[in-house]
Amino acid sequence: MQPKSPPNPGRRKFLTYSTSFLGLIGAFFTAIPFISAFKPSARAEAAGAPVKVDISKLLPGEMMTIEWRGRPIFVVNIPEENTSFVTENLARLADPDMADPSQPDYAKNEIRSRKKGIAVLTGVCTHLGCAPKYYPEAKPEDFDSNWQGGFFCPCHGSKFDLVGRVYANVPAPTNLVVPPHFFEKDNLLVIGSDGVS
Amino acid sequence: MSENTIGKKSLNWVDSRFPIVDLFERHLSKYYSPSNINVWYLFGFLLLIVLVMQILTGLWLMMNYTNTAEGAFSSIEYIMRDVEYGWLIRYMHAGGASAFFALIYLHMFRGMMYGSYQKPRELIWVGGWFVYVLLCAEGFTGYVLPWGQMSFWAAQVIISLVGSIPYFGEDLATWIRGDYIVSGITLSRLFAFHVVLLPILIIAVVFFHILALHEIGSNNPDGIDVKKHTDADGVPLDAKPFFPYDISHDFYALGVFLIIFCSVIFFFPEGGGYIIEYVNYEPANPLSTPAHIVPSWYYTPFYAMLRAIDFSLFGITAKFLGFIVMAAGIAIFAALPWLDRSPVKSIKYKGIFSKTFLSLFVISFFVLAYLGSVPPTEVKNLLTKVFTIGYFSYFLLMPIYTRYEKCKPVPERVGEAI
Repeated sequence: MQPKSPPNPGRRKFLTYSTSFLGLIGAFFTAIPFISAFKPSARAEAAGAPVKVDISKLLPGEMMTIEWRGRPIFVVNIPEENTSFVTENLARLADPDMADPSQPDYAKNEIRSRKKGIAVLTGVCTHLGCAPKYYPEAKPEDFDSNWQGGFFCPCHGSKFDLVGRVYANVPAPTNLVVPPHFFEKDNLLVIGSDGVS
Repeated sequence: MSENTIGKKSLNWVDSRFPIVDLFERHLSKYYSPSNINVWYLFGFLLLIVLVMQILTGLWLMMNYTNTAEGAFSSIEYIMRDVEYGWLIRYMHAGGASAFFALIYLHMFRGMMYGSYQKPRELIWVGGWFVYVLLCAEGFTGYVLPWGQMSFWAAQVIISLVGSIPYFGEDLATWIRGDYIVSGITLSRLFAFHVVLLPILIIAVVFFHILALHEIGSNNPDGIDVKKHTDADGVPLDAKPFFPYDISHDFYALGVFLIIFCSVIFFFPEGGGYIIEYVNYEPANPLSTPAHIVPSWYYTPFYAMLRAIDFSLFGITAKFLGFIVMAAGIAIFAALPWLDRSPVKSIKYKGIFSKTFLSLFVISFFVLAYLGSVPPTEVKNLLTKVFTIGYFSYFLLMPIYTRYEKCKPVPERVGEAI
């Protein structure tokens, strides 16, 4: 036997739609814990605290790698006699004016550093996150016959100069990121905080 | 005879509660396949066997694997050295992944060659394509689990691709990683995907794929509709039942496949670095990138496309554009049924353009596969661009060349002369 049609079809329709709508709202709120559980946990966030580095033993031309938030941070002591590239190699760079906000304001200057001669860079290629290799000397290299010194990413051939500015026509879209940092003392670098300015 | 009666009684008992006879007939003994299908029609069966093997070996590996950043690498060493036959089970699983992709590429190429994606088999094709996409995800997540250098850096590269999406990409990448970099948190969620979510989806979609196939029936190298000519009982004249005819061919093929597969996992388990990459014998180190990051061989064509894009366009960054092109290279297969406007199915009867472009596609696929596996140079970069265009032109020009080319007449019956 066919069930009789409801005596009040309008009311039945309203009930169907309103229940479905409330069900959808319920589904939306149920999704929140599942989506939130994917975010970095409190422990992962705490692991991002600043680190202190003594750079007194970093000689000119040398680079040291510090780990902060699990990423390699390159600290480069650029020799004074080797700083001409900062102003003379601009034509080959993709973003010499640093229009992309990949550095804090205190590093948005001609030398792209907070302190002259000390470049602090996140050693993660802005293309796909490989660690670029350090080729400090200005001499012809396999990948560039007119190399001015800097970083070369072995994964996809991106090139950066010693202060992390990206060359034009390479896969990496932006300059290497300058992490927040300040100098607590002359030779004591703190990475992960802007400090008091 | 009494045994037979008992057997028959039990069967009747089950059959009146579950349609076992009906299922057997519908999917095996009265499921007809064209009489002219050839060696290209064996791969579907082999894929099913490999799927079962992956599930079985995966289950066994999981019993001894540790899904933490601290424990993963050494638990693999433990499986390889201390668990009895652990090495074999792992080699079967790793080699099985490569076999899975080799077979699925052959299986897909069969469909492209004989127009098996054409009406009315669009959903079979799209379902199969979805299995392939899921398999790519399954392969990637599995690759990360040993937590070697290549595992770590592959995860880093692939997840950071998501970061190239404008506006919310970086946040999305952090959300996927569950951390600011790839870490143990990322490892254990990829593990959950690899062993629970993706296998369930793969099994479900494979089921859909086979059900859809059994509704329509197999295509054949001539692209003839064998259901047009049937006998008085409605049985296609140019076909034979899957059981016992096809299944016996399939088992023969399984024997041949196993000879090859076992030779590989017994004597060349690392496949010269193609099945298990040597760099992955070093534990993951976030502070040191391997000099040369290569994905597994089965992703290299798409990796090459990613690298081909080193220029920005219309304000889209090179990185994001590369990601789009790579994703499009995989996605575009799903559009094939609607790109092909040819009145005939099989390449045998299609015109010269279809043959040329299919050849171009195959060449491009292999060249890109090679280029994606070697370090980039200027010349290779240019070649990558050229063959990326070659790859896409097969698909994107298809609506044009299939519509205007001259096709040969298709016979009405199998084996009929024109």
